[in-house]
Amino acid sequence: MALLKDKKVVIIGDRDGIPGPAIEECAKSAGAEVVFSSTECFV
Amino acid sequence: MGGYAVLKGSSYTLAITPDMVLRSGTTQTTEKAVNPESEYLKELPKHLRSYEDAVSYLPNQVYIGNKTPEDLAAEEFPWYDKKTEGKREGKYGEIMPQDEFIGLIQICDVFDLVKLEKAFAKETGKKLAAHGLIGVERAAILDKNEDTQEEIAKLVKEEHAEPLYHDGKLVGAVKRAHDIDVNLSAHVMLENLVTKASSVLSLLHLVKTTGIDPSEIEYVIDCCEEACGDMNQRGGGNFAKAAAEVAGLVNATGSDARGFCAGPAHALLNAASLVKAGTFKAVAVTAGGCTAKLGMNGKDHVKKDMPILEDAIAGFSVLITADDGVSPQIRTDIVGKHTVGTGSSPQAVIGSLVTNPLDEAGLKLTDIDKFSPEMQNPDITKPAGAGDVPEANYKMIAALGVKRGEIERKAIPQFVKDHGLTGWAPTQGHIPSGVPYLGFAREDMLAGKIKRAMIIGKGSLFLGRMTNLFDGVSFVIEANDGSGAGETAGIDEGRIKELIGEAMREFAGSLLSK
Repeated sequence: MALLKDKKVVIIGDRDGIPGPAIEECAKSAGAEVVFSSTECFV
Repeated sequence: MGGYAVLKGSSYTLAITPDMVLRSGTTQTTEKAVNPESEYLKELPKHLRSYEDAVSYLPNQVYIGNKTPEDLAAEEFPWYDKKTEGKREGKYGEIMPQDEFIGLIQICDVFDLVKLEKAFAKETGKKLAAHGLIGVERAAILDKNEDTQEEIAKLVKEEHAEPLYHDGKLVGAVKRAHDIDVNLSAHVMLENLVTKASSVLSLLHLVKTTGIDPSEIEYVIDCCEEACGDMNQRGGGNFAKAAAEVAGLVNATGSDARGFCAGPAHALLNAASLVKAGTFKAVAVTAGGCTAKLGMNGKDHVKKDMPILEDAIAGFSVLITADDGVSPQIRTDIVGKHTVGTGSSPQAVIGSLVTNPLDEAGLKLTDIDKFSPEMQNPDITKPAGAGDVPEANYKMIAALGVKRGEIERKAIPQFVKDHGLTGWAPTQGHIPSGVPYLGFAREDMLAGKIKRAMIIGKGSLFLGRMTNLFDGVSFVIEANDGSGAGETAGIDEGRIKELIGEAMREFAGSLLSK
């Protein structure tokens, strides 16, 4: 968990995988600062 | 169980458009803008397939119904390096060559925006006149082309027209429909005419495959992902009625339903509900394809020395009618929806679309014989790093089943095999979204092979930058037990008299008993 603590993170989620907001919640709970988060559609 | 709207039939069409891959696909147009000398742009033309190769590509033959999803699953992956016996005509539609499709675009243009080079138009006109569903009358417009290649080149160079190429040669152009309005620019007009033409082709095949009298279709819902309108109403619409006009659906009106890739599932629910309510007896849901997504994953395909597999403009149409006692019913009471409050975790998404509606109906995951979520062809998506999209959906459904105690953990691969399908649809957004399976689902239900299927549509609303939300709806289709035939026939005078008679008898009986 220390891996993300106090780190700034950029999140690109996948519509058919793990979407941005879900990764965002995980990253925040690990102490990261989310500077950008979006979900993209690759199909 | 009776009284539901039924799935009367569906059609699926492809137009193989390699020249449009080069000039209209956004991966290519973006590359031309930011890196015009790139290796990719130089290599790309060598990776385009011939029409014959695209016809003999197994997933395309599945799309038009000549082969089945089971045939595809039995074939060793990947498929792009193998050929199957391919035919232009399929049980559900056809694979049209580019020249004829360009001709069809002109047939669909009612504002004289499409100009074709005289000799090309003459040759193509002959082919379309001989086409069983287009014919002499519709093809006659091609004979009116008088422009030379030089005149067309001038339109492109001086009048902002969008060029139309075939076999690398300039054969026509689409003019802008306004000199300032960006929503009527030549680029947008080409995009919209392509969508319209592919929808028309599918509607013509729908009439053929279902045998319905075109005048019996009362309403059409278009569910593609384009927008037509002008600068004062960018998405004013409507593609549905425009396509219905060319397809000869003289008694139909219609409207456009949108929801990114979830559009078709929303449109089918609307159509089934309109029929069940008795508002209309026969509703067609239709969509054409999009030029923008041509060659979308082309960079990865070229990098891996594969052919460009995203070389087809796809279309589909579905006919929903009142219960005929035979065709599969659309259970508009078993509907999943991703709501504003659902959340975006994969569990929440699959829960809202799959397990919640089944729970409400008292059904288990295993009561659904086949799930049809996003049916993208993995031959296209896997080399591009997007994985096997249908399989990812099935694994998530199965994982939820394990969590709920309906499936054993070790039974996940078997569940995926038994209740899943191998994807075959081109990556044209709304095209693969649940609907490619409707043709096979209907057939398998009529043959008694399966009882229930769930169609799942998912849409990336966040791409429009109006919300961060995702979206999706789903519904169950069920084999018809014949008990409800005629119940959704609606405004039948005889049945109304019968009901009034019954009510009066009951009333008289209650008076007598008092």
